[in-house]
Formats: sequence, C-alpha cells, structure tokens
Amino acid sequence: MSDVIPMPVGPAGGHVRLGSNAGQSMTRRDGIAKVTGTATYAADNRPDRLLHAVYASASIARGRVTFLDTAAAEAHPGVVMVMTPANRPPLAIHPDEKVGMFGQKIEALQDDGVRYAGQPIALVVAETLEAAAEGARLLAPRYEALPPRIDIDAQPRFEAETVGFGFPAAHAVGDLEAGLAAAARVVERDYVTPAQYHNALEPHAIVAEWQGDRLIIDTPNQAIVMMRGVFAAYFDMPEENLLLRSPYLGGGFGSKAAVWGPQLLVILAAKALGRPVKLALRRDQMFGPVSHRGATRQKLRLGLDAEGRLTALEHRAAAVGSSFENFFEPAGRASENLYATPAMAMSHEGIRIDTGTPGAMRAPGEASGSAALESVMDEAAFELGLDPLEFRLRNYAETDPATGNPFSSKALRECYAQGAARFGWAGRPLQPRQMRDAAGLLTGWGMGTAIFPAPMFQATARAVLRADGSAVVETAAADMGQGAWTSLAQIAADGLGIDVSRLEFRSGSSDLPDAGVAGGSGHTATAGSALFNAGADAVAKLAELATKDPASPLFGAGNAAVVARDGRLMLADDESRGEAYEDILARAGLDLIEGHGKGVRGEAEAQSRAMFSHGAVFAEVKVDPDLGQVRVSRLVGAFAAGRIINPKLADSQLKGGMIWGIGFALQEEAIHDPRTGRPVNADLAGYHVPVNADVPHVEAITVHEDDPFVNTLGVKGVGEIGITGTVGAIANAVWHATGVRVRRFPIHPEDLIG
Amino acid sequence: MTLSITMTVNGDRLALTLDDPRTTLLDLLRDRVGLTGTKKGCDRGQCGACTVLVDGRRINSCLALAAAHDGSDITTVEGLAQGDDLHPVQAAFIAQDGFQCGYCTPGQIMSAVALIAEGEAGDDPERIREGMSGNICRCAAYAGITDAVREATRRMQQDERRSA
Repeated sequence: MSDVIPMPVGPAGGHVRLGSNAGQSMTRRDGIAKVTGTATYAADNRPDRLLHAVYASASIARGRVTFLDTAAAEAHPGVVMVMTPANRPPLAIHPDEKVGMFGQKIEALQDDGVRYAGQPIALVVAETLEAAAEGARLLAPRYEALPPRIDIDAQPRFEAETVGFGFPAAHAVGDLEAGLAAAARVVERDYVTPAQYHNALEPHAIVAEWQGDRLIIDTPNQAIVMMRGVFAAYFDMPEENLLLRSPYLGGGFGSKAAVWGPQLLVILAAKALGRPVKLALRRDQMFGPVSHRGATRQKLRLGLDAEGRLTALEHRAAAVGSSFENFFEPAGRASENLYATPAMAMSHEGIRIDTGTPGAMRAPGEASGSAALESVMDEAAFELGLDPLEFRLRNYAETDPATGNPFSSKALRECYAQGAARFGWAGRPLQPRQMRDAAGLLTGWGMGTAIFPAPMFQATARAVLRADGSAVVETAAADMGQGAWTSLAQIAADGLGIDVSRLEFRSGSSDLPDAGVAGGSGHTATAGSALFNAGADAVAKLAELATKDPASPLFGAGNAAVVARDGRLMLADDESRGEAYEDILARAGLDLIEGHGKGVRGEAEAQSRAMFSHGAVFAEVKVDPDLGQVRVSRLVGAFAAGRIINPKLADSQLKGGMIWGIGFALQEEAIHDPRTGRPVNADLAGYHVPVNADVPHVEAITVHEDDPFVNTLGVKGVGEIGITGTVGAIANAVWHATGVRVRRFPIHPEDLIG
Repeated sequence: MTLSITMTVNGDRLALTLDDPRTTLLDLLRDRVGLTGTKKGCDRGQCGACTVLVDGRRINSCLALAAAHDGSDITTVEGLAQGDDLHPVQAAFIAQDGFQCGYCTPGQIMSAVALIAEGEAGDDPERIREGMSGNICRCAAYAGITDAVREATRRMQQDERRSA
C-alpha cells in the first residue's frame, strides 16, 4: 500500500507529502501506562476530602416510591447526605427535557415516580464506600407498584416517527408490490433479537469537585467537549468554568456518549457538601439508567427472480423502547445499502415497555438488522439451491440501492474473494448436516456480508511546531480502547511532516479543541482530518516563510513545489535541496508556529456519493449433536475500510467487533422477570459475554482500498463493522451444521436438540 | 471498631489500621493504600479485573475481606516492573496488543503471571485460553492476550535457562 497522500494544505494549498507514520503498525502510546496500572480512569481519582456515593435502585419497574427510611440511612455512621426527590437541589434544566443532539430524558430524582427497574431513587453520600453502600441499603424503600409492561409481544405496536437519533423511520425505493408480484419466489421470515447491555468493563463513574464556581469532573466520555456543554447546561454555568477530563475510558461502545442522571446527582451533592464526591456504578446498575440495545422483532421479505436476483427487498422492524422516550433501534436501515434491488421498503414500528431507554450500542441498527438480513439471505440461497456467496454476488450492488449514487469506493468483491480463499469456502456442501469433525461434532460453515457507514462529524485541532523541531497537537479526542491516542498521533505527525516520536499529543480533556464524538466509526476520519489539516496549516505557514526568504535553499520555490518530511521542507523534485524546520524558525526569530484545522465533510461530497465500509465474514461452528452446545471454531473476516492508519490496532478493533458478533449470536441477552419487570441476569455471571475460551480462532484481513472521496486521508472506520455480517455468518453456520434454523437470537443449545 | 493488620504489598511491609471490617481487599488497595491499578469491574468475582496475587496465588480481590488477609504477601500490577524494566508479561501485552481500553488489563496481567507460574498451560493456546477465561475483556482482545501469554512464557523460559 502506498503511503503517498495527495493533500491540499491550508489556503496556500498544493503540498504532496509522504506519510511516514500512518500505515505503520505502532504499539499503543498509552501501552506502558495501561500495563503498569498507572493509567488513571475516572474512579482512580482520589482528591483530598473525597466522599463516596452510592445510589439506591428501584426494585419495581412501574409505580412510585411511597417511603424511604432516610432516618435510618442518615443515622448510619459515616453517612453525610441522603438525597431524595424531597430534598434534591434544583437543576437548571428538568431531567425530562432533552439537551443537545444525543439528549434523552434522564432520571435524576425529579419525582417519586418509577418508570423502570434499576432507576435511581435516592443517593447516599458518606465518608467511606462501605458506609454509603450500607446507607443505601438501609433506605428499605416501599412502593406503590403497578403491573410492569415487560412482555414485548403483549404490548401494542405503533408507527415510529423516527428511529435512532432522529433518522426517518421509513424509506422506500421503487414499487415493492410490483417487485414482489414479479418475483418467481418470495422468501418471508421473522427474526427476534433481545435486549443487550453494553457492559463496558469500566462501570460508569464520576468524581466531581467544585472549586468556587468552577466544576471539575472526571468521568469517562466519548464526546468530551459536546458533553461539557450538556453538563454546563444542567447547571446553567459558562462552559469554560467546567473542566471534563476523560483521558482513559474503560470501554464505551456508545453508552458513554451521553450524560446520565446519577452523574448530575453527584455534582449536586459535591456542591451541597463542599467536598469532592465519587460515584462508580455497581455492575447491576449498568442494566438500568445507562442505556442498552433495544430488542427487535423483524420481518423480511425477499422477492427473487428465477436466477436468484432480487426483485424486491422488504425489511420491517418493530423496535422496543422505553415507556417515556423515543429511541428505537434502526434495524431496517441495515438493508438499505447492501444488495441491488429495483424495489425496497424499510419501516419501523415502536413498542413500549417499562425499561430504561435504549440508545446507541456498537453498530446501533446495523448489528440487529444485519443479523436478520444475512440470515434471510442464507435461507433464500438454500431455497434457490445456490451457494450463499454466489447468491450474494448475483445481487452485488454496483451503486447504492437506496440513492442510486455511486459508492466512494467498494472493494467488497475483493473481501468476498480474499475471505473465502483464506477460510477455504470452496467445496462447502449446499445441504446442511453434512460435515462432522474427528470428535463427531457437527460442523457447519456460514457467511455474511458486513457493511457500515463511513460518516464524518465535526472536529477542530491545533498544531504547534516548536523551535527545536518538535511539536504539540491538541484535540479533545476520546480513546476508549480503539487507539485514538496512537493512530490520531500518527496522522498528526504526518500532517506536520515529523516523526511521531517528536510529537506531544494532548487529548482527553474539555479545555482542548473539540474532537467531536468517538462514535459512529467516524472518530479517526473526523478528528484525524482536523489534526492533519492543523499540521498542514502549520507547515504551509513554515513553507511561506522559507520560500520567501532569500537565505533559504527553498527561496522562490513556491508552496506547491515543496514537500515536508522528517522535520524538513524539501523541493518536491529535488529532495537534496531543503532545510530543517528548526533552521527556518531560527532565521525567522520564531519560537513556534501554529496551525489550525477542521475535520468535516463537505455537503456536496456527502450528497453525491455513498460512503461505506464493507466486509465478508466466514464462520465455522462445531455443535455437539447431543447437547446442542455451539462453539465458533473459526472466524475469518475480510474488510475494506479505506486507508488503515495503524494495521495492528485496526486488526484488534475488527476482531473485537467480530467477537461481539459471537456474543450477539450465541450469548448476550437480558432477561426480565415478567412479574417484577426486573432484569434477572443483571451481572456478568448471568449476562454472558465472550470469554477467551469462546474465541479459539479469529482472523481479520484488511483489503486494500483507496478512497479519494471520503476525506483527504482516505480513512473510513473500523470500530463497528466487525459485528455486522458476523452474527448472520454464525447463525448460518449453525444451521449448516445442524439443519436447524434458529431465528431468535441468541441461539440456545436447547434450540438445537430434541 | 478498628483492626490493625500488616501486609506486604509489592515488597513493602505495611501496617494498616482498618476502621471498617467490611472493607474488601480490593477497596483497601485502591482507597486506603492508593494502588488504583487494580480495577473494580463487577465487585462480585465475575469479571477478574481485580485479580491480584496473594501469597503467589491469583485471587479476585473484590471477594476477599481485607481483615482476612492479615500477614499476607500481595502483589499488584504496580509491583511487577523493576523500575523502567517491564515484566515479560507486561512487555508481551504491549507487543501483542493484548488490550484495548486497558481496564481489564491489570487483572489479565496478574492472571497471566500466575498462570505461567502454575505451569499448567505451557505453550498450548487452548489451555491458555481456558486458564485466562476468568478474566473478561469486553473489548475482546483475546487473540492478543493469548499470544502475549505464549510470548511471555517463552521469554521467561529462555531467561530461566540462561540464568541456570
């Protein structure tokens, strides 16, 4: 893969520069901090005079709190405050109002109502964690409980107005009924996906400290500057008086791109008590107020002609939300951009139950929708007597089926080819239950297509070249494990034309330029573009100095004829002519030179081309014929996601997403007690996520893809695509092993026996 | 009620006064001793983020009462490196990208150190995966973790042979 990126820089424009950092498999810059225990996560902060908070959770799912034994809690040694709706200090904005783009109604003791199990109903603050925990227990709440509405299929459905974060709930292209009428065969199936909970290993946490009218909060956050604004709004304070620090996030997966009620209560308590207060959620509290992936019921209809080409594609999803808020998993959107069809229709209904409000969880919509789409594609291929890969190739979309626009790039064919070759797909029997391994386990092979949008948001960055040739760059990026500290620094170093070892990268704090949200698989593209442009702006200013300075070997060259690399500016056509940054700055008598950059996609580019990452995932499963136990013995994914900045970290991201696919297909589901509405498996013993032994072999191939349209870096994103395609591939492999088609996720052993 | 206990933590002998008998070993290490490298992921022994060595054995420190460990010799993630020289397991976790967010990493590393010392898994990836399955990594860096344990095992065996 070439490291050359043509790059207009700054108003002067025209530099071409070799990327000497991006494209390299560097280890993580925060690696030593993370392996020695010195990386400071929010709950690791221990300011002087720290108090500890624990909140009490509702044990009913619907009704109101009629009594809290606050006297008993207050009497417990060490307890300094018991906050309930009766004495909660005011917020500037009611928690049932929405603040900002991702705003939702939240629960911050606004009244005695209970709208889901696990809702905070009181906050206890004490000198020690033990005293706070005991104080919360002593509250012994009593309730007036109403019957919980928790049985999804017993609740009425309604037409959703929007899905996800305000996306249209319905979309149609062409004449669906005509497409179905013209079909030689119609395949119609229903699929069910459960509620899933992010369960980042770091529970949500906050340490809040007031210093006069200044507020300092340490809390993991995926959208640092944006959420500073949201916090500030709740307290009606100038944003510059609020410092939000989030240098390390112990995983986010979508649930930390928001402000939640318990955080507000802690900030109020810190103010009232004049001391810093810490709260870390218990694991069971991760199943309440901090969002989740809502359950779905999906119906897909495929119209197919005699050759197996789609004549119509219909995807209707019913998505489960809370009783009081409108976030519905946009599952149907997963089918809009993948397979060529003259007619398609996607729509969403909503269902309300007494649960916390769902939100964005890794590949929101795409994960659930892809699970169903890739399953029905497999079922259709079998009915047609076609190899599943051949069937997908017959329906390969050369242009975006939703808009008719060309793709900015699409190396999906290469993904299919490379993935299939690596996996050894050729020769797969069409019929199920044909293969057994030496131990007698049923063996099956399945595949699925992966797709995920390549969005950009908005970011800004600052870059400063210093007199010694080193540099500092600043943007409030969030590294939740994807490797932003590392890959963004690589991009920034290329923008500045220096080696990354000479770069200081300041990030993770709200007093830096806005890096946008670490979400939607758009952080590297967005914050990376801002950083690159900031560096390029600084270099352009440097080139301006040099080319106008008669003492410089570059005098008279003009900006466009100059390249920057390894801390030197050189003539593009004669690299022996050039000089070091230090020399240019020294002659100009400057200590530093500063550049600014933005990362944002132009509206015209966004409207004229469809921008997606693609991939193909192949799975082998082994199924015990007597016990129904499934093991994913091999997973091979091939992904085309534009330019890969750091192959090592991208590999980890893609594998992580694929392993989330194992969890989706076989393990993850929150189960609610129909009598109480409480989740019965609100812990990591009952809510299963993949462990090491569940992942014998996973392989991620990145397929070369040049994309001159997504952004000037050519970067798409790899954070979420791994889960798409994988869920279907595993389900299809389970069917291929057993002959049993399970359409309710996760697939249980008992589905496969008897 | 206060209790006086002594512990050796990462080689340092500490005399501690426990003002609350309910304090877990994990909270003692984090809140009283100030060693916050050890993490709390679930507080009920299900995730392994709090894994430390007690008298050479790996345990979930969230399930251990501090008061029950009077006289114990404890090693946490902060006690592995010798100055700037990383322990071979730490170095291998970086080299093999055996983590993403890093929150489970202290527990993974302590678990790996103990697994290697137990000598049960050797170089067999299947047994390493089994032996490391008490430590959940939600980012799912499992392939890197397994490779890191294998790499560290080999390096520690080489070091042993060299010094023998």
